[in-house]
Amino acid sequence: MDIITLAEVAGNISLIGYGIAALGPGLGIGIVVGKALESTARQPEVAGRLQTLMLIGAAMIELLGLLGFVAFMLAM
Amino acid sequence: MGSVSDAMLLAAESGPHLPSVSDFLPPEILFEGTPFAINRIILVRLVATVIMLTVLIITARRAKVIPGRWQAAVEWLLDYIRDNIIYQVMGPIRGRRYVPMITTIFMTVFIFNLCGIIPGMNIAATASVVMPLAFALWVFVQYWRAGIKEHGLGGFLKEELLPAGVPWPIYIILTPVQLLELVLIRPISLTVRLFANMVAGHLLVATCYAFTQFYLIESAGAAVKVGGALWLCGGLVFTCFEMFVAALQAYVFAILATVYINQSYPEAE
Repeated sequence: MDIITLAEVAGNISLIGYGIAALGPGLGIGIVVGKALESTARQPEVAGRLQTLMLIGAAMIELLGLLGFVAFMLAM
Repeated sequence: MGSVSDAMLLAAESGPHLPSVSDFLPPEILFEGTPFAINRIILVRLVATVIMLTVLIITARRAKVIPGRWQAAVEWLLDYIRDNIIYQVMGPIRGRRYVPMITTIFMTVFIFNLCGIIPGMNIAATASVVMPLAFALWVFVQYWRAGIKEHGLGGFLKEELLPAGVPWPIYIILTPVQLLELVLIRPISLTVRLFANMVAGHLLVATCYAFTQFYLIESAGAAVKVGGALWLCGGLVFTCFEMFVAALQAYVFAILATVYINQSYPEAE
C-alpha cells in the first residue's frame, strides 16, 4: 500500500450487491408476515389457512433473495 | 462443519479453514470415471435413503393398534402432511391420489436436508443441484399430466395461457409470461430455492465452526478465546436454525408442489 493511499478497498464491489439483494425480499417478507398477523388478529378462525398462504407467499419472495446468492455462486 | 476436522489437519496453515463452493463439488471417491461415480454428497444421499427406508419400514412392520411413542410421532408427521398440506390445498377427493407422492417428497427432502447438520455427514444431500432438480421435474411432469388429463393438451394450454376474462391486448404480455412460468419458472424456482437454501446454510454453519476452531483452539490470548466462544455460540444457534430451515424447506417444497398440481385442475365455479 502506498503512503498516499489512505483507504483501500480490498475484494470485489459486487459483494455489496449481493448484500443489497437481501434488502428487497426482506421488506417483502416483512409486509407478508405483518399482513398475515393482522388478518389473523381480525379473523382468528382462518389462522391455519392464512398461515399456509403466508408461507407460499414468503417462499416466492425468498426466491428473489436467493437469486442474489446464486449470482454469487456463479461468479465464483 | 466438515471443515472442523479438516482444520485440525491443516493446523499449520495460517488463518481459519473457511468453507468454499468447492465443498459442493467434492472429488469422486468410488467408481471413478464411470457414469456411476460416487462422491461425498451422493454417498450421504445413499446412506440417508437407506436409513430412512429402514426406519420407516421397521416402524410400519411393527405398527400396533395402540401406537407407542415413536409410532405416534411418525403417524403424526404423516397425518400432518396429508391433512395440513395436501387436503388443505386440494381437498380430500382430488388430493387422495397425490398423498404418496407428496409424502415421499416431503420426507425425503426433510431427511436429506437434516443430513447437513448431522455430525459425520455434515452436508445436506440436497446441496447439489441435481437432487432438487429431480424432485422439481417430478412435480413438473405431474402438473402437466394432471392438466392434460383434465382439459386435454389444447384445453390446458388455453386455460393457462389465455385465461378467460382478460381484455385481449393484455394477452400480448400475459401469454409469454404464463408460458415462461409454466415451463421454466416453476421447476427452476423449486430447484433453486431448496438448493440455495441448503448451500447457504452449510456455508453459514461451517464458517461459524471454522472460526471457532481457529480462535478457540489454534490462537492464543484471552480476548481471542472469548471471540472464539462467541463464534461457537453462533455455530450452535445456526445449527438449530438449520434444523428449522430443513423442516421449513421440506414444507415449502411439498406445499408448492401441491399448489402447482392443484392449479392444473379446473376450478369449481
